[in-house]
Amino acid sequence: MFESLSQRLQSVFDKLGKGGRVSEQDVSNAMREVRMALLEADVALPIVKDFVSRVREQAIGAEVHKSLRPSQQVIKIVHTALIETLGEPGRLNLSGTKPAVIMMVGLQGSGKTTTCAKLALSLRKEGKQPFLIAADTYRPAAVEQLMTLGKQIGVEVYQEGVSAKPEDIAQRGLEAARKANAAVVIVDTAGRLQIDDNLMNELEQIKARTKPNEILLVADAMTGQEAVNIATGFNKRLSITGLILTKVDGDARGGAALSMRAVTGVPIKYIGTGEKISADALEVFHPERIADRILGMGDVMTLIEKAEQLYEEEEALRLQQKMLENKFTLQDFLDQLKKIRRMGSISQVMGMIPGFSKMQLQGKIDNQEIEGRIRKVEAIISSMTRQERENPRILNASRRKRIAKGSGVEVRDVNDVIKQYQQMQTLMAQLKKGRFPKIPGLTDGGLFG
Amino acid sequence: MGIFKSGMAKTRQSFFGRIGQMLSGRQITQETWDEIEAMLIQADLGLETTETVIEYLRSAAREERLTHPDQLRRVLRESLLALLDPPRELNISGRDLSVILVIGVNGSGKTTSIAKLAHRLKRAGRNVALAAGDTFRAAAIDQLQKWGERIGVPVIANKPGADPGAVAYDAINAAKARGYDILIVDTAGRLHNNYNLMQELAKVRSVIAKAVPGAPHETLLVLDGTTGQNALKQGQKFAEAVEITGLIVTKLDSTAKGGMIFSVMTELHVPVQFVGLGEGVDDLVYFNPEQFVDSLFDQD
Repeated sequence: MFESLSQRLQSVFDKLGKGGRVSEQDVSNAMREVRMALLEADVALPIVKDFVSRVREQAIGAEVHKSLRPSQQVIKIVHTALIETLGEPGRLNLSGTKPAVIMMVGLQGSGKTTTCAKLALSLRKEGKQPFLIAADTYRPAAVEQLMTLGKQIGVEVYQEGVSAKPEDIAQRGLEAARKANAAVVIVDTAGRLQIDDNLMNELEQIKARTKPNEILLVADAMTGQEAVNIATGFNKRLSITGLILTKVDGDARGGAALSMRAVTGVPIKYIGTGEKISADALEVFHPERIADRILGMGDVMTLIEKAEQLYEEEEALRLQQKMLENKFTLQDFLDQLKKIRRMGSISQVMGMIPGFSKMQLQGKIDNQEIEGRIRKVEAIISSMTRQERENPRILNASRRKRIAKGSGVEVRDVNDVIKQYQQMQTLMAQLKKGRFPKIPGLTDGGLFG
Repeated sequence: MGIFKSGMAKTRQSFFGRIGQMLSGRQITQETWDEIEAMLIQADLGLETTETVIEYLRSAAREERLTHPDQLRRVLRESLLALLDPPRELNISGRDLSVILVIGVNGSGKTTSIAKLAHRLKRAGRNVALAAGDTFRAAAIDQLQKWGERIGVPVIANKPGADPGAVAYDAINAAKARGYDILIVDTAGRLHNNYNLMQELAKVRSVIAKAVPGAPHETLLVLDGTTGQNALKQGQKFAEAVEITGLIVTKLDSTAKGGMIFSVMTELHVPVQFVGLGEGVDDLVYFNPEQFVDSLFDQD
């Protein structure tokens, strides 16, 4: 998300960087690029106009701070304005009588049902007992979908099939939740267009009957100019209290986030990444991080947090111990590779590191190439038997041939992986003895070489 | 066809209505160009296509010595139409079994589109079966099966979590054995920048190609009509993994204009075959370029 926007702004400010101070002409040039970048990022036209004029005024009048170059000053102004437009991160308001009610609304296919399950899971991790209500009686098997997800995460789902009215289901579901002593009720509703009067009436009914603490509009990060109409339409009828942006693990530039926030004034509360139902697939929205990313400054915090979540401390200790005792097997190696992949695609992970979006722009990093290599190593190790992974010494010529065939590579690729693994073992052994050897294979021609 | 017309009936006059109202000045000024640009951008055509269209309009205005804004109407409409191909006949005849593979990102409307397409083909007298290839998303198989019951079309399915390539393979064998002449294969929604899932899709396609010579005979990419410029990347990435033969654009009954299809069509050289105009089983209609262009300028 946002990569292209950051590339674009970087090129603008590279140009600006050459001058001594920000002239009005510099600002005009920069603003033209900012406008184009925002439009290409699917920010809605009226929002772009507002944003650009606000930033232009600030930039022209701005004193260049002593410690900053003019280009940096302009970046700072754009950055600040972006954060302002994106707004403060929103927290859920679950105060008042128990159970608190959260109503999820949005267009078809925006990701409501998946998000309901993710939200339930993340609430439970906070120690609040969640409860789900299946009020989508229109889409075939929507009820079954929520039930399946509820079972998967161990959260109770109230449902009446598809013959009752959604507002009745919601009301009776709320009663059931009270009896179950739930802390938070999440109502899944059918996807609908904001111009569908009958279905919007139905949402008003559900709202009236359940008196929700939160009405969250779930929106696809890939949405184009329509974002303004969607957000305005739902807000007008329901007075929504927050936004959830989904499919942020895609490569859409996500201008919809800016548009929707700007026209509704309600905060973005979460962003959804990935289809798997895990609590970390629903992240709290951090405007400054997204703004940093827009400006190509990297999203190091998100990367660090993701890494922290995956590498739980115990696990790290266990591995460290294994490495020191030289018991780090190919199986461990495979597990680690898979963990890295779980953090996102390589390009996604790299995109969070400062400087990388620019390098990608200049073609220095071939994501596909790197992902291809990692995949290859994964495929090779996956083709080994458990025994072979734990004890690579038994890998004779015929075993290697079989592995090559099984993973669709040449025998020499298999040899390379084993060689790298052996070199790593040697390295570990020497490290343990307190020596720090140079091993050519690890730094050049290695996995990432 | 009828539905497309009624769905877009109000839009017919409104193209000329809006353009007429907007371009009502006495002469062509910078403001005229700015207004056209704003309209195109807000219809999701994207900056590049918008600039190309405006460049073309400007040169046409010079060459034909157009001075009056309303003369631009005709040229604008024609230039947009020139960028769109009409749908072609689906390549699903003249053999025992034709296979249609349906792909797209999550939530774009694949399963619903498949049901509507199957209904349409069945009504045309074809013997259609569906393959439940989305084994990942919770209850996706149930969803397709419910549609199958509703439209009276058999669904060949395995259990959740099954290998989608194996599902396609089994479905083809079942379709051959039971004498169906069209098999539509559903796939799990996947984001185009997910390398693994795109590889998986390529594998499903190659399984199909091995099982039936020349298959899949149609590979239709489903695009959400409310998507912005990311649609182009979707098109490019899906086309890298599998050969796309046509597009289905969904949710065009919304106020979204779907203008991103200009760049997708230009880039992929494939036509929009169908558009989705609602949740009813009859709401999938052939793409009509003229009505589509006219609807771009509808102000709801």
